[in-house]
Amino acid sequence: MSQAASHAESAPASHDESHEAGHDEHHGPAWLAHHFDTPAQQFDAAKLGMWAFLAQELLFFSGVFVAYGIFRSWYPEAFSSASHQLDRVMGAANTIVLLFSSWTAAMAVRSSQLGKKQQTTTLLLITIACAFIFLIVKYFEYQHKFHAGLLPGKYFGHPVDGGLFGAIPAGHGHTPHLAPKAHIFFSLYFVMTGIHALHVIVGIGVLFWIVKRNAAGEFSKEFFTPVDLVALYWHLVDLIWIYLFPLLYLID
Amino acid sequence: MGAATTTVPRAQPHHPDPNENYLKAERGIMSWLVTLDHKRIGIMYLISVILAFAVGGFFALAVRFELFSRGHTIMDADQYNRAFTLHGVVMVFLFIIPSIPAALGNFVLPIQLGAKDVAFPRLNLMSYYIYVFGACFALYSMVTGAVDTGWTFYTPYSMRTTSSVIPMVLGAFIMGFSSILTGVNFLVTVHKLRAPGQTWTKLPLFIWGLYSTSIIQVLATPVLAITLLLLCLERFLGLGIFDPKLGGDPVLFQHFFWFYSHPAVYIMIVPGMAVVNEIIATFTRRAIVGYMFVAMSSLALALLGFLVWGHHLFVSGMSEYATMVFSGLTFLVAIPSGVKVFNWVATLYKGSIRLESPMLYALSFIFLFTIGGLTGLFLGMLAIDVHLHDTYFVVAHFHYVMVGGTVMGFVGGLHYWWPKMTGKLYNEGMAKVAWFLVFIGFNVTFIAQFIMGSRGMPRRYYDYLPEFEIFHKTSTIGSWILGAGFLTMLAMFIISLKSGAKSTRNPWGSAALEWQTPTPPPLANFIKVPTITRGPYDYHLATEEELSEQ
Repeated sequence: MSQAASHAESAPASHDESHEAGHDEHHGPAWLAHHFDTPAQQFDAAKLGMWAFLAQELLFFSGVFVAYGIFRSWYPEAFSSASHQLDRVMGAANTIVLLFSSWTAAMAVRSSQLGKKQQTTTLLLITIACAFIFLIVKYFEYQHKFHAGLLPGKYFGHPVDGGLFGAIPAGHGHTPHLAPKAHIFFSLYFVMTGIHALHVIVGIGVLFWIVKRNAAGEFSKEFFTPVDLVALYWHLVDLIWIYLFPLLYLID
Repeated sequence: MGAATTTVPRAQPHHPDPNENYLKAERGIMSWLVTLDHKRIGIMYLISVILAFAVGGFFALAVRFELFSRGHTIMDADQYNRAFTLHGVVMVFLFIIPSIPAALGNFVLPIQLGAKDVAFPRLNLMSYYIYVFGACFALYSMVTGAVDTGWTFYTPYSMRTTSSVIPMVLGAFIMGFSSILTGVNFLVTVHKLRAPGQTWTKLPLFIWGLYSTSIIQVLATPVLAITLLLLCLERFLGLGIFDPKLGGDPVLFQHFFWFYSHPAVYIMIVPGMAVVNEIIATFTRRAIVGYMFVAMSSLALALLGFLVWGHHLFVSGMSEYATMVFSGLTFLVAIPSGVKVFNWVATLYKGSIRLESPMLYALSFIFLFTIGGLTGLFLGMLAIDVHLHDTYFVVAHFHYVMVGGTVMGFVGGLHYWWPKMTGKLYNEGMAKVAWFLVFIGFNVTFIAQFIMGSRGMPRRYYDYLPEFEIFHKTSTIGSWILGAGFLTMLAMFIISLKSGAKSTRNPWGSAALEWQTPTPPPLANFIKVPTITRGPYDYHLATEEELSEQ
């Protein structure tokens, strides 16, 4: 919590810029909420809250991980053969993209701590760009699966022509011969990557919001908590993908 | 634990008007709907959960009335299935889970910490609206045909039924987020916003209870969320994860469901226990015996709660070794529960007991929870569970825990903090009459169910054999007495709001921190930020001024 310590030190310096309209007292910079006494206290609270939230996220994903473990142990052939239908190159590319974006997110926190506003914006925008690249790659993967009829559950083996993922020429669908119960693998594939993709989309929204706030000059050497927290969230999104990639793509 | 509580001012440039309070500070409906004040959010939760309780109670009375006589009484079998499901879902997800933490906890927790608010006030308001949003889904499900699965939504039936499962499940899913956010908020508040001098060993036991509850809320609720999401997807897409026809495992749903819902029992009961601590200390004028044991037993319950879900699946098909392990772990829960009950009894011993209405509910809690807890041991016992599984014995057991525990704790806490919340006193005589009806009605209702359950009456059945008729009749009559008790209580509180006498600062003469601030509390909870120098139950260290009413 060295950042917190630097917060505490910098607090008196920013004490005068009080223009907060709190309901009982004025005791700090505008970004210090009325119910906190010191910037360090506010920073620590925000960080602890985020960690608790991320713990919750992990438990949320744990359900599908447990389901994965059970069904893989029950139907190992189905999982192995179905896994080969996934595109390892695309999966690996996405892994690299996300790892890189996690690095830029971390760098954004650093530049925000140093008060380099423009650099922070750039780094966050690169992170967002990576998130979009990830989704685009995912789109092509999904489209291929839809086309080939590699769909979850009861739709398995029914190639989709057109629809949500654009016009796919009809009649070209070909479902490969897979071990029985392969549909469960694709159920889990779509649920796991789908929920993960949802987290990527939410992340893009939040990152844009942070970019906007950063551009508006809300953050400084003294106050960079939101940048820090969104980066933490982004690391979790990255982390979960790092588990999904081998579990889904690299079964042998 | 230190010397007397003194309210030392700290970095406080100007003093707000001492007559200002959170109820009067701002006016108009909008000032409530967009408030960030934890006290007002607590009151909004309170109104919402009481409404939910009324709806759930209505279905309870309807179900009991149907069972008053054999065959068709007021509804057919299908309506009966929907009625008991709605009773369960509404009571569990809309009432019991948020009742004490979100309603009473929101109001009391920051004040007991000497904080101005919870750590994330906006998140707090958001969590309230998420709760309302989820409740709307549940309501939508009710008007579009309701659900007939039972509140547990067990697969594969919940995947096959044509009733309105998806909106109800989504409602529970959404309300889960409200629960998680409240949990995160409380965890951080307890860690980071304690007043100067408020060490962990000087925390009120109510806080320890809510802290433990928050851990469960944060770590268990997401598992329910993913489970319900998978159930919805199973209905939409036929995933095959829970559907045996597609190679899935319906028992996996039970494992997932109870991985949340067993810890959820402690989301329900630990806050109730926490309220009882406050009431017993105040109405015996003694420190709770074995403070640290009681505090740690809350944490122990929170942690053990995660390890025992398997006891719901003894007859669902588990390996015998798994059942033995789960049975053994289940028995461990008796230890922290016993610690609490023995410590309460030890506190009562030689305490100067005042039998005012909150105390009557606290004593009822001990009495009823003990019965509920001990009958839980019957069910944790492998061989006996095979006989009692899914009978009325189970129904009676969990009602003794949930109603005898949580509801008694909630209602006791409501009586206890009512003067602080509203600034009004209520009619003590009427409160005692209501308590008497509730206590008697509850026991009449559920003792009959213990007996018929042990004789083999299965739960959730629309009809029954003639030999069970006497028990069903008794139980239904009990439910009327219970209902009359709650109606009396409601009338009493409404009368109090309209024409109750003005409450003093500390009507119970408590040494705890929340009674040291004006009634109702000012916007920032305290006129001056308090510095805590003694524990909340250190009556021997409290000054006359602190214990006085004014």
